[in-house]
Amino acid sequence: MAMQSSGAAPALPQAQRVMAAIADHRVLVSLVALALLPWLLPSKALAVNVLIYGVVVMGYNLLFGYTGLLSFGHAAFFGTGAYLTGIAIGRFGLPWFAAVPLAIAASTALAAAIGTISTRTRGIYFSMVTLALAQLVYYVALQASSWTGGENGLRGFTVDHVNLLGLQINFLDPVNKYYVLMAFAALAIWAQSRILNSPFGAVIEAIRENEQRARACGYDVERCKLIVFMLSGAISAIGGCMSALHLSIVPLDILHYQTSGMIVMMVLLGGARSFFGPFIGAAVFLILEDVVSIWTPHWQIVVGAIFVGFVLFLPKGIWGTLLDLLPAARERR
Amino acid sequence: MSTELLRADGIGRRFGGFIALEGITVSFAAGELTSIIGPNGAGKSTFFNILSGTLSPSTGTLRFKGQALNGLPQHRFVHRGISRSYQITNIFPDLSVHENVRVAAQAMSVSYDIWRRRADLVELSERADAALTAVGLIGKRGEQAKFLAHGQQRALEIAIALVSEPELLLLDEPTAGMGPEETKDMVALLERLAERRTVLLVEHKMKMVLGLSQRVLVLHHGRLLADGRPDDIRSNPDVRRVYLGQSEGYG
Repeated sequence: MAMQSSGAAPALPQAQRVMAAIADHRVLVSLVALALLPWLLPSKALAVNVLIYGVVVMGYNLLFGYTGLLSFGHAAFFGTGAYLTGIAIGRFGLPWFAAVPLAIAASTALAAAIGTISTRTRGIYFSMVTLALAQLVYYVALQASSWTGGENGLRGFTVDHVNLLGLQINFLDPVNKYYVLMAFAALAIWAQSRILNSPFGAVIEAIRENEQRARACGYDVERCKLIVFMLSGAISAIGGCMSALHLSIVPLDILHYQTSGMIVMMVLLGGARSFFGPFIGAAVFLILEDVVSIWTPHWQIVVGAIFVGFVLFLPKGIWGTLLDLLPAARERR
Repeated sequence: MSTELLRADGIGRRFGGFIALEGITVSFAAGELTSIIGPNGAGKSTFFNILSGTLSPSTGTLRFKGQALNGLPQHRFVHRGISRSYQITNIFPDLSVHENVRVAAQAMSVSYDIWRRRADLVELSERADAALTAVGLIGKRGEQAKFLAHGQQRALEIAIALVSEPELLLLDEPTAGMGPEETKDMVALLERLAERRTVLLVEHKMKMVLGLSQRVLVLHHGRLLADGRPDDIRSNPDVRRVYLGQSEGYG
């Protein structure tokens, strides 16, 4: 490591301690940061989008970052969570608190089906199978227009207030909406942290590190991959439910492979294999989109160039690079 | 009289038209250290992979403590009591030395548990430390595995295999790539391991094999050429012709 100047030397251990403390209290830190987000970003709508995509990408990171399985089809679970929430509310008249668990359960079942097929393959074949099956879900949604609204998207359901233990909360108010949706994000963050801290979290790390060795240790690797695929799909579906409640419409594009690509970009920008990376990646991507699209309709060119720069020069993303600079915190990533 | 632990009956393996193994019938007694030797391409690794469940035999049956193993996936072999190391070092490189062994220990009991904190499983951590102590790596427990010396990585792999308390330990060339000093340490470790469990070894270093083993199997062209005590193998003219003559200077 390069020598530090005499003035900077004492600061590094302190920075490491701070980073280690952040990592040790990652759920609390995430919630505090997210609670402040609407007041730090230019608009509440942008903050809600960061919240939603952060959850989706966090679920994806469980599969890609922590287990090492590169899926190109996570839009399927994001979209299914959103569609089923909308259908349950709009068509069946279910309250949101019934629609959301149903949508998550059904999306998890879809993840089980896609995972059963895709986890039998490896490497690029796994990626291609997830892409193909997710596109299948897209075309089913396109064709089943009487249920999904086809290419116009799902409309006709609105959640204008939520009843929390007798307390009527106006869901049309952007601040109220943000903090209600943040409760879903908090659930997802807590679940993800719990999984990573558990014995199963150690198994998925072992599979990422060396699948052959994991199998020789006595793990049913295929079963473990399927379980993590389902957990990942379930967490991403929570983001879908949040999106449906937020927008009161579900655009067909939510299921498109471009959405899957965006999820991959976000996790790589923020830092795969790190707890905070997904929210950081989602925030950076969406802020860039928000800012650059004011100046040019071709904002994707600028964001794409930045993404290429990250892949080439900061392959561990923003948070991963920061951790590399502070080794004490890396152990608790 | 020692009891039979593992029995292979008429084991054969084909890869397309190529016959890698044919008609291997052999049994392994509990508490014995047996080595499998043979020239390159003799079928040692194929046989080893079949005994550890990595490969399925094309013909023949495999029984462990009287129970058939045919058709079981590899991870079930570990749960039955058969654990292995690999010819090329096979560890979890980015994990700590301790976590390498701890994660192997938990495979026996809490693979899919997402409710408990792994840090609370103290007994597993203690078992991992005991395995690291057994292979002389306890002083390195906090280091990242990829930064260990080659010999230490080989020892770590044995600790990973050992922590599941296997009744049969299969070690594929545990001294591969080691210098004389590291080999000496590994031989001492193997002697200690063999005191308490059944060990099956594939090795090329002949002096080491003949000095360490209670029994030696010689494979040649996928068939069992000889099976006996080291002295018998040393004086077997067929073995000398196909293998030992080529190996002078090893070990």
